[in-house]
Order: sequence, then structure tokens, then C-alpha cells
Amino acid sequence: MTTTVATPQTRATRRAPASDRSTAENRLGQRLVAPAVLLMLLVTAWPMIQALYLSLFRYRLTTPDDREFIGLGNYLTVLGDGLFWKVTLNTVIIMVVTVAVELVIGFAFAMVMHRIVFARGVMRTSILIPYGIITVVSAFAWQFTFSINNGWVNSWFAWLPWIGTDTNWYGGHWSAMFAIMVSEIWKTTPFMSLLLLAGLSQVSEDMLEAAQVDGATWWQRLWKVILPNMRAAIMVAVLFRALDAFRIFDNIYIMTKGAQNTQSSSFLTYRQVIEQFQLGMGSALSVLLFLTVLLLAFLIVRLFRVDLAQARGEG
Amino acid sequence: MWYINPDSGGQAAVAKNCSTGDYAITTQVLPQDASQQRIQLARRLAAHDSGIDLMSIDPPYTAEFANAGFLAPIPQDLQDAIKNGGGDSDGPPQAFGGAVDAATWDGKLVAFPFWSNTQVLWYRKSFVQKAGLDMSKPVTWDQIIDAAAKNGGRIGVQANKYEGYVVWINALISGAGGSIIEDAEKGVDAKITISSDAGTAAAGIIRKLAHSPAAPPDLSVSNEGTAGSTFGSPAGSFLVNWTYIFHNYDQTEPDVAKDIGYTMYPQTVQGKDARPPYGGIGIGVSKYSGHVDEAMKAAACITNADNQGVNAEMTGNMPSSAAGYAYPALAKIYPADLLKLFQDSVEAAAPRSVTPYWSDISSAIQSTWHPPISVDASTPKDSASFIDDVLHGKRLL
Repeated sequence: MTTTVATPQTRATRRAPASDRSTAENRLGQRLVAPAVLLMLLVTAWPMIQALYLSLFRYRLTTPDDREFIGLGNYLTVLGDGLFWKVTLNTVIIMVVTVAVELVIGFAFAMVMHRIVFARGVMRTSILIPYGIITVVSAFAWQFTFSINNGWVNSWFAWLPWIGTDTNWYGGHWSAMFAIMVSEIWKTTPFMSLLLLAGLSQVSEDMLEAAQVDGATWWQRLWKVILPNMRAAIMVAVLFRALDAFRIFDNIYIMTKGAQNTQSSSFLTYRQVIEQFQLGMGSALSVLLFLTVLLLAFLIVRLFRVDLAQARGEG
Repeated sequence: MWYINPDSGGQAAVAKNCSTGDYAITTQVLPQDASQQRIQLARRLAAHDSGIDLMSIDPPYTAEFANAGFLAPIPQDLQDAIKNGGGDSDGPPQAFGGAVDAATWDGKLVAFPFWSNTQVLWYRKSFVQKAGLDMSKPVTWDQIIDAAAKNGGRIGVQANKYEGYVVWINALISGAGGSIIEDAEKGVDAKITISSDAGTAAAGIIRKLAHSPAAPPDLSVSNEGTAGSTFGSPAGSFLVNWTYIFHNYDQTEPDVAKDIGYTMYPQTVQGKDARPPYGGIGIGVSKYSGHVDEAMKAAACITNADNQGVNAEMTGNMPSSAAGYAYPALAKIYPADLLKLFQDSVEAAAPRSVTPYWSDISSAIQSTWHPPISVDASTPKDSASFIDDVLHGKRLL
């Protein structure tokens, strides 16, 4: 899609001034895409502007008469509140830990999927199954898994000194966070490995063979040949997963409902808007969440110098 | 269209009873959790959804709905008939005083009381015999915690981070003569009175149970269901729970069912009458319904004494009036002394404050009082300032 759009533009700039015909064609083109652009603006930009507007009010759905313009008051309240920072820290912890673990496990899975000779289809499919399951369903499954009443974790791992048959996983902050992260990792590792598999298949076999002929060990080949050559794919995988993980919601909603200080940024926003009908405060939070995600994307792209075009094979 | 909280078929049967040649009442089930019921109803009503005619509303949210203008005003003659009897049916009053109070906002009855629930103290007869506790006299929380701890029993309560935990806290505070807020009609400027001797007494009991061997291991995530399981287990001793639990064990654990004893809710302070929790359902008519008049008639029919009885027989959710308790079938499935206990308990009950901001207050309490193990003498004070900040939009919840 990108190439077809780009071609007439470059041609037009080269041929200056543009002929009447190409101007007319351009105009026609613009008119043809206009409905689609308008529709896009209506469904994406309008709600965003609406949220921005609402965030400047004290406005509650159940007391509509008390609506009052308070400028940046909601933002000041949010940024000055310890809960917001606690929740942001939680979200960052979940993001960093899950993405790091997923990267390692996902890479191992990608290697298996790449190298496997027999039952290739079955193997690849079975690795991808968790990703095909709806997050809410998998969250319920994991909620039961760690449940004190009918979960299997307690009875299977009772031989570990810190786990007993009456260990209440959802009773403490870190144990609840652990359960949430395990469910998140289980669910999204396949996505990571899928992206990594794409990168892995781009590494040329010739280079690997050349390295082998030169006497490089398996370990050296991994670190000196494979990983540097799929750097772009790795970074794209990290970027996508990090942004996704930062918006974690379903697992927390199902497993703890935010108890034991396990709320994430999205969950806090949900509670303000949906549970408390605080449209103003909630909009302010969602604007902040949007800005944070934007910042994260920018930082990851900048820090790791990810070239998205290169990852798509266009570089 | 009547939106109901999930039950075992009682409301559907009542809907059938009240359908006439002019209209048929159909039921739609709301989510299990009371807060989720509130969210779904409020969001749709705020959008002026005409698909809702009648709805079953939990008492703590009635004021919020009425204040937001979601509820159609109930005609004065119907209000009078509910409170004082008479009217078209020329019958007895159709609600206890407490049920009327819980459904009243700004001096007007805004919902039809349908059923009134209360919690009593359930105990295992074999356990109190072993512990040597005399249950014929009122008992205190201290006594039952000590008795359970000494004899290897576990006490079933509701202490997950949810509305049920606040129900317990409210009962404890009220039992010590206090309240969470006063002057509720002032909205956000209500007086917050949770930080008081009563609040401290309540915190002391929660702290004592949380640190006692009588606390079930799942205390911090316990709800009505898990507390019921704790009570049914070999370590079961005492349980505070709603009326419907009485028939909970009939099929699954007949031995437990035979072993159930019951008495008034435990006292917070020795010698001071307990104020048990009050729950229930009121029927509200949506202002945005296309059939307000028919819906009013239907609501009056749904909540008449007979239908209160029909519902109670099927679901174990007790009627909201003495006339409803007179429904003959109830005497067959509940012992007479238990029916009397339920009525006494409803009369003594302390409803949660009637304020449009209840859900904020409740969530603020949940944030500061959960988990139970963290509760100490400073909790009431912390929660008071937190509630105040939340109500004035100074803190996030």
C-alpha cells in the first residue's frame, strides 16, 4: 500500500510544474478518499477530542447538574495523587518483567518452530494456541489455577517450602502480581515468538554456514550472527509487546479486581469512568495514559534506533 | 421489561403472576455482583434507554438513582398504600419501617420495597456444644472469635475488597452506636463520622479476627459463597450471612443442614444491641420507560404481600413486610422461631447510609480497610480523611 501511494508523489515532485491533467487527477483522488478520511476522523479523532474536552470538567454521570469547568484541575489531582504513581509503577513492573521473560521464552519457541523438522504444523499450531484464546477466558483459567479453593498450583507445588495447601495467592501484593504476570506471559509469549520467527527466517543460511566453516561454536553463531541480524525484528517485537503490556487490563479485572494494590493504569481509568461515572477525571486519566504510551513508543524507537521500514523488509 | 438481579427463579415467577391481558412482564438478568448491576443500569439510564421499564435496585444505590433523576416518581396514593396499607387492595402496610427508610430519598418513596434481607449469626450446634458457649443469650464478636480460636473453628465473614466487606464494617460500627456518615442529605458535604469510638471498636474486631487462628485462610478474598463453604467444612463454627443460607446445605451436605443453629447478629460491644446488616431489593420504575403507568401498576403487583411471599419461598430472600411473612408456604419451609428471628433482625437492622455518593464512600472504605490484616487503630481516622478527599475530588479512588 505504501509503495502505490508514494509513487505518484515522487513523480509529481520531479515533474514541476504539474500538468493540468495530473492536478485534476490529484483532485479526483483527494475527493475519492475524502469520505474514508472523514469517517476515520469521526470514529478516532472525535472521541479523542471529546475526551480531551471532558477532562477539563468536574463531571459525573449521576449528578449531571453539578458539571463545572475546572481547567487542568483533574490533571493536577491525578498527578498529585500517590495512587496514580503507585499504579504507574505497577504497570511498569508488569511491562518490564513480562516482556523480558517473554523475550527469552519466545525466542526459544521461535527457534523450535524454525528448526523443527517433523510435525512442523502441529508443533507451530500448539505453540500458538494460547494466543488464540480470549484473554478473559485465559484469565479465568489462571484465576482458578491459583485459587485457594480449587486451584492446582497449591497442591502440585506444596513440596516447595513457601507454598502450602492454604497459600492465598491473591492475599498479598507480590504473590497476586506474580499470578497476574504468569497469566500474561502464558497468553502472549506466542505472539512474541511469532514476531521473532519472522526475524529468524530472515537470517541467511549462507552466513550461518560460513560462520560454521570458520569454526564458530553454536553459542558464537547465536550471539554474533543470528541475533545481530534479527535486531530489527526483536525490537519490533519488544515495542509491540511493551505497548500492549502497558495497557494490561483483563487479567487484573478477572483475577484480583485491583485488590492488593494490583491496579494497572488502564484499570484505574476504567474504575474512574465506568465504576464511578467520573467522566472528567477518567478522561484526564485516559489522556495521560495515551500520552504515556506515546512517550514509551517514542523512547523505545529512539533508544533502540528501531527502523520499522527495515523490519518490514523494505530497507 | 424487568431487569432483575440473578436468583433461583423467584422474580420470574412473580413476573408471570403479574402479567395481565394488557401487558406481559418479561425478565432480563443483570450481573451477579451488585456494583456491576448498578453500573449497567446507570449507564443505560444515563443514555435514556427506553428498553428498561422496571428494575431491581440494591438499597445503597437507590438514592443515587433517584438523585440523578433516573426514577419515575411514584404516585402519592401508591406511596401511602405501601407505607400505611389501604389503597386499592385495602391491605396491610407492604413494607417494614426500615425497608421504607432505605427506599426513601428527599422525603419521597422512590422504589417499591420488594424483599428485605438481613444477616443473622449461624452456628454449628455441635461446635458450640464443644466450645461450651451459651447461645440462648446474645453473644459478642469477642466471644465467638475466642470460642472459635480455642476450639479449632473458623469464622465465615465477608472481607473481600467489595461491597459485602463494607456491609460488615457498617454493621460493626452501627452495633457500637456509631455511623459511617451523618447528614447524608447534604451530599458531598455530609459529616464523616467513621473516626469515632465506634469506628475504633469495629477496627478492633476486624483486627482481632484477622490475626486470630479463627480467621479462614481466604479471609481477604472471602465473600458470601466462600464464607458458606468455610461454614460447611469440618472447621465450620460461626458464620454471618444472609437469610438464604439456611437451605444452602440441604442437598449437598445434609449433615451440616441438620447441625445449623441461628441467633441474632453478634454484638460489637457487650450489652449493646446488635445492628445487623440490611439488604434487599426495591423495584424502581425508569423515568425513560415508554410505559411508566403500566410499569407502576406492575411494580405495585410485584411487591404486594403475596408475591413477596412467592419470591421468598423460591429464593430464600425474605419479604419486606410482616404481611409477606404471613405467606403460608414460608411457615412450612422455615421454623417459626427462625421467621421471627428474621423479622426481629430486619427491625433492628442498620441500613447503609442513604446518600447518592454511597458507592464512592464504599469504595473509599474498601481502599482503606482492605486487606483485613492491615486494619489497626488508625484505620478509621485514615479512612475518614480519605473519604472526605474523595468526595471533594481531591483524591483518586
